[in-house]
Amino acid sequence: MKQLLVIASLFMATLVNAQGKFEAGMGKGLGMMKEAKTAPALAEASAFFERIADAEKTQWLPYYYAALTLYQSAWADPKADKDKIGEACKVLISKGMTIEKTADLYCLEQQVAVLQMMVDPMSRYQTYGATGKAALENAKKIDATNPRIYYLDGMTLMNTPEAFGGGKAVAKPLFAKSVELFKTYKPATPFHPTWGADEAAKQLAACN
Amino acid sequence: MKRLLLGLLTTLTVLALNAQIKISGTVKDTKGRIIIGASVVIKDSYDGGISDSLGNFSFKTFEKGNQVIVAKYVDYKTVETPVNIGAEPIVTNFNLKEEVTELKAVTVTAGSFEASDRKKASTVLSTLDVLTTGGGNADIVASVKTLPGAQQVSEQEGLFVRGGTAYETKQFIDGTVVNNPFNASVPDIASRGRFSPFLFKGTVFSTGGYSALYGQALSSALILESIDLPDQSQATASVSTVVFGAGLQELAKNKKSSWGVNYNYTNLAAYFAIVKQKPDYFHIPEFHSTDANFRVKTKNGMVKFYTTYAASNIGLRRPDIDSLVLKDAFSIKNHNFYNNISWKENLGNGWKVNTGFSYSTNRDELSQQVQNVTNTPVTTGYSWIDNKNFSTNSRQDLTQIRTVFTKRISGISIVNFGGEYWYNYTNTTFNNATYLLKDNFTALFSEADLYITNNLAAKIGARFEHSSIINKANIAPRISLAYKTSPGAQMSLVYGEFYQKPENNFLYFNPTSLGYIKATHYLVNYIKTTSLQTFRAEAFYKKYHNLIVTPPSNIYSNNGDGYAQGLEIFWRDKKTFKGLDYWLSYSFLDTKRQFNNYPSELQPTFAASHTASLVVKKFISKINTGFNFTYSYATGRPYYNFMANGNKYDIRDQGKTKDYNNLGFSLNYLTKIGKAYAVVVASVTNVLNSDQIYGYNYNYNATYKEAIRPPAPQFYFIGVFLSWGVDKRQDAINNNL
Repeated sequence: MKQLLVIASLFMATLVNAQGKFEAGMGKGLGMMKEAKTAPALAEASAFFERIADAEKTQWLPYYYAALTLYQSAWADPKADKDKIGEACKVLISKGMTIEKTADLYCLEQQVAVLQMMVDPMSRYQTYGATGKAALENAKKIDATNPRIYYLDGMTLMNTPEAFGGGKAVAKPLFAKSVELFKTYKPATPFHPTWGADEAAKQLAACN
Repeated sequence: MKRLLLGLLTTLTVLALNAQIKISGTVKDTKGRIIIGASVVIKDSYDGGISDSLGNFSFKTFEKGNQVIVAKYVDYKTVETPVNIGAEPIVTNFNLKEEVTELKAVTVTAGSFEASDRKKASTVLSTLDVLTTGGGNADIVASVKTLPGAQQVSEQEGLFVRGGTAYETKQFIDGTVVNNPFNASVPDIASRGRFSPFLFKGTVFSTGGYSALYGQALSSALILESIDLPDQSQATASVSTVVFGAGLQELAKNKKSSWGVNYNYTNLAAYFAIVKQKPDYFHIPEFHSTDANFRVKTKNGMVKFYTTYAASNIGLRRPDIDSLVLKDAFSIKNHNFYNNISWKENLGNGWKVNTGFSYSTNRDELSQQVQNVTNTPVTTGYSWIDNKNFSTNSRQDLTQIRTVFTKRISGISIVNFGGEYWYNYTNTTFNNATYLLKDNFTALFSEADLYITNNLAAKIGARFEHSSIINKANIAPRISLAYKTSPGAQMSLVYGEFYQKPENNFLYFNPTSLGYIKATHYLVNYIKTTSLQTFRAEAFYKKYHNLIVTPPSNIYSNNGDGYAQGLEIFWRDKKTFKGLDYWLSYSFLDTKRQFNNYPSELQPTFAASHTASLVVKKFISKINTGFNFTYSYATGRPYYNFMANGNKYDIRDQGKTKDYNNLGFSLNYLTKIGKAYAVVVASVTNVLNSDQIYGYNYNYNATYKEAIRPPAPQFYFIGVFLSWGVDKRQDAINNNL
């Protein structure tokens, strides 16, 4: 009986430990991400998420955050090599996709396409713009209620000249839709992405 | 109690085990250079760190016992080191070996300008650039002329590259050569290219030393790669001062296939009524052109079909140079039918195949008639005038099949090999006499792209050709080396032999007495690129052998030769001035050749010593308008008049034209008209109204010469291009994202 108890408690401990490790790791990573204000700090957070991802092998979220923080590091440093970082982000996103194709990974793919387009928008808009648009289409197919899809779509339109079908007027309904969806949006776990509600509200206000 | 004890014991054990051990070291490459930002991690754990600006890393871990430490960095081979983690800190250093990758590897680019988005670093001209080159009127060749190596020749169509004739430049679409890439033209006026820039996603303009995959062009290759599936279905229409057009492009719902049709009608009647032209047009230039395409995705590739049919009619009268009252009436009717089908497939296992078939037929009905003041035909009794009367019908067919296999050999190194077969059929009736030419031409080629390290690459190839009409074969070796001198900068060396059949008009009598004309190219090139700037300098030496000479006896031979050498600079900058994109080209050319009726080695009439272009583009988002300027300059070109003296020609007169100046301007205004997205284009050539002289025509005894000038000093264009259904969001010219 006593032996059984020991075995059971050891088993429980291992189980709790294993689950707790991922949660603790994600918690720490999200903390690092929140605190990170500089490109090196974001790169460090990215490396940390990548370690979790490589160790876990079955979780797409750490790959998502590894790519997201790396993507953010490209904007944090005006001198950053956006192409090199973009390519590295794509590798992380595709690793995440092999685990699970999610709307948020596709959204991030669009963000990375825009990042690389911005290196030389005049000559790259056709290829990278199309990649970004296709990524959002894929995201919609998986989860049309993800509010970040409409926020990102709106941002692209907002920055597109009116003569090409962009501008505030067409972007506004997308921001409105995003804000509306955020009202009922519940991340599946505390570690699922939550960002975007404030940004969408701010852009919606800017359209008025 | 026991349970409590057990719990306590477990906790203690865990705590004891959880004492953290420090792991540190440095990460360098195999040459001992520091690697910043490399990731070092204990395999399958969360513990790790990244190397800092000195290459040092340090982290703590709870892991114990036999573990594996992994060090990795983008474009380097990952290294794993087994360790046994006990109670002591561990110091371990890593040396990572660079991986040869497509992104990082040096590419052999000497001699060519690649204009696509495939290789970002070498992108020079995009489709958008072709559309927005000031004064270029969306003609691919007009834009290419702003690049170094090309001459500003405007009295005839074609690309004159590095001392070479227009015949020495060939255009290829999806691998197969195009026989008649330009619209039918009349003497002394260049015509436009037949193909719309919208058809192509990539353009490579090679000014020398190009790949063994291409042949039968002594000087230059313009390699065009057609687009794959369009992004979306759309309908288009255009209205302008000279062209009316409509088109439809339909993308299947499953996005696996697409088809499209286009029709354009060009008529210059209204334009000529307003803008006076020097020649008297008795048939105003009129063009019909229609094309259709079909593209379908296969398992791992794509099949593309493109067909186009065009018909044109032009007739014009100009004063006869040997008379004060007579006129020469020249007319040309042209029909051109071009078809191209290509198939690209990834066969797996490192194998790719690229095969193409093309068929074209071109018919010209040309005639020239000497007429009097009332425009009726006359016979003067003077042979030098009456000999100007002629009529000719000609049909030129070209059938081609070509297959290239690509096999990945190791890393990213590849070998290409394949072959092609051309059947040329030309049937010409000249003043009732008929001449027939048939040629079976075969070529086999093989070329390896070897990536020795990320910094050193080589392209080694050879080409074997046989032409039945001259009944001769040749073997042309080509070698290029590229070495990366620093990030973004590289040097290249190129050597190659190039052969070409003599032009058809030399082959009507005793063709087997003639051999290939030949050129040997040597190039050295330096390129430095960042994503927004490109600097390129290239020096070349080209030796011509066995050029065709045409002495007064009309016994043609391969006794000509010549050389061309020079230096070219290119600078493109999208960075220094915000929102402003400009490029600058300069070419120095020293060339002489003996060919055709040239009595000795002379600088040819199509070669200027100095040529420069400045292209400036500015898009102002606030007013949705782009402004584009192109300034081209060339020093004067030589002109000659030769006279037969026994079995050779003497130079009777010679000189140099004045310098050439041309400022072109265009603006594009983007707007919406109803539901259609619209682009309004306005452009004008030769804004400064410079007097442009391309050369001189002589009367029969060279007592009088007349300058060759454009038919009107300027060309104006105003048009509206509309498109429906297409979501142009990705087309937006976005500077403010």
